[in-house]
Amino acid sequence: MGNGLIIGQYVPGNSIPHQLDPRTKITIIFIFVVTVFFANNVWSYGILALFAIVSMLLTRIRIGYIMKGLLPIWFLIAFTFILHLFITKEGAVLVDILGLKIHVGGVIQGFAISLRFFLLILVTSLLTLTTTPIEITDAIEYMFHPLKKIKFPVHELALMMSISLRFIPTLMQETDKISKAQASRGVDFRTGPIKERVKAVVPLLIPLFVSAFKRAEELAMAMEARGYNGDIGRTKLRELKITSLDVIAYILLAIAIAGLFVTRTYG
Amino acid sequence: MDISLEHVTYIYQENSPFSHKALDNMSMHIPSGSFVAIIGHTGSGKSTLIQHINGLVRPTKGKVSIGDYQLTHDTKPDNMKELRSKVGVVFQYPEHQLFEETIAKDIAFGPENFGVTQEEIDRRVEKTIQDVGLDQSYLEKSPFDLSGGQMRRVAIAGVLAVDPEVLVLDEPTAGLDPRGQSEIMDMFAKLHVEKELTTILVTHSMEDALAYADHVFILNKGSLFMEGPPLEVFAEKEALQQVDLDVPEVMQFLNAFEQKFNQKIPYTKQSMKEIAQAMAQIVKGGQSHG
Repeated sequence: MGNGLIIGQYVPGNSIPHQLDPRTKITIIFIFVVTVFFANNVWSYGILALFAIVSMLLTRIRIGYIMKGLLPIWFLIAFTFILHLFITKEGAVLVDILGLKIHVGGVIQGFAISLRFFLLILVTSLLTLTTTPIEITDAIEYMFHPLKKIKFPVHELALMMSISLRFIPTLMQETDKISKAQASRGVDFRTGPIKERVKAVVPLLIPLFVSAFKRAEELAMAMEARGYNGDIGRTKLRELKITSLDVIAYILLAIAIAGLFVTRTYG
Repeated sequence: MDISLEHVTYIYQENSPFSHKALDNMSMHIPSGSFVAIIGHTGSGKSTLIQHINGLVRPTKGKVSIGDYQLTHDTKPDNMKELRSKVGVVFQYPEHQLFEETIAKDIAFGPENFGVTQEEIDRRVEKTIQDVGLDQSYLEKSPFDLSGGQMRRVAIAGVLAVDPEVLVLDEPTAGLDPRGQSEIMDMFAKLHVEKELTTILVTHSMEDALAYADHVFILNKGSLFMEGPPLEVFAEKEALQQVDLDVPEVMQFLNAFEQKFNQKIPYTKQSMKEIAQAMAQIVKGGQSHG
């Protein structure tokens, strides 16, 4: 509904991160997320930030767009920062406002945690910005493949995921359409007391549920009509392929992590 | 209410990679009490255009005036709700907006929101259900028990019950059977006269535009491509083909007839029977000479 939140939004492109294998991206991000928690000084944070920023620049998506899309996250980050500012009681007292003491340790801790948080969100949103939902589910299906041995329904779960992802834009459109139709009939979603606004959601939700159920039924029927029966002998239209680009990406990550542990120990 | 657009441009999701210009410097004037048709292909900006008319969206550039209400990028009327009560919009597939337990409640939903008195609401519910061609016995039924066509009628009744001065119809007959289509269009034509409405019909159907509208706007890629009385606009076969639109079937047939028999029958909204008679005369006349 055009409110600019970019979490989960895919931006088509042909940049290096777009071309990477989704499995590579997921693995790299997973390792990165774990590694972020090992950073303990300016240098190690610097290396991680550099890695994240270079990745961001490589996507060729306008930085302003990415940052604006993370706006709601900024509030969370600011909140985390302020919380740490007052809670951590280490080091010399920096300011003393009416008994509320801010310690040096609090400032440092606040910065560190906020940066950590920011890096996590930034890198994970780079994944969804450069990878189509279908690619992500394909990759997840592949990576969870071994679980099949213990009768875990990997394919079915992946299918459920891709169907849900597929219908998010449809539901958004539907929401937009119905809310406009009800607004034309005098529903006010934006102003008025909270109680009224909660009541205003009913004429939006009921039609949405009705159409979602209808869609689900139609989809199930269409799948049945075409003889869908799980992953037995299915082949893929888009084969996942590891290229030299992926290898380079892994090497860069390895260098960054090596750098991190060196600075962590000797920095 | 007079409706006019002055150099209206509308851009979806401005400043994002998905930015898309839906309307491009569009100006048009719809006089009060007229029945106009807006025609264009998917993506020509029709739906965006009509959302401007009751303030669901505001122009990125330019100005929209509806009677005394004015909308620009930065200003909206003080009383948006009042504007919406005067401009009723029947969206595409309006049956998707039904949600109440009973049909009566659903029809009453609009007027209730606009603060109409209970007595008046009851009166309007009874009146509009008849206007859309359904029996009063339906009022206590659930809208979800109806057929698609009946649901459409109930949804339309819900818009009519607000008693608007301007009625905007976004492909109101899409997905209905031919009989339902003509019934619904005839109903709108009747209401247009009875209630002295200003009616704006968005349609793909050249036939409907020819039959009901007194002025036609042809949109192409967010701009106004052509406008004028339907008979004049539909005479411009070549221009219409440029934007992949067809001439209405009746006129196509008359054109084909003219080519074959070298005799022109000008179209003046005659009935099929009159046209048939005129043709018979020419054809028979030709035979008697030959």
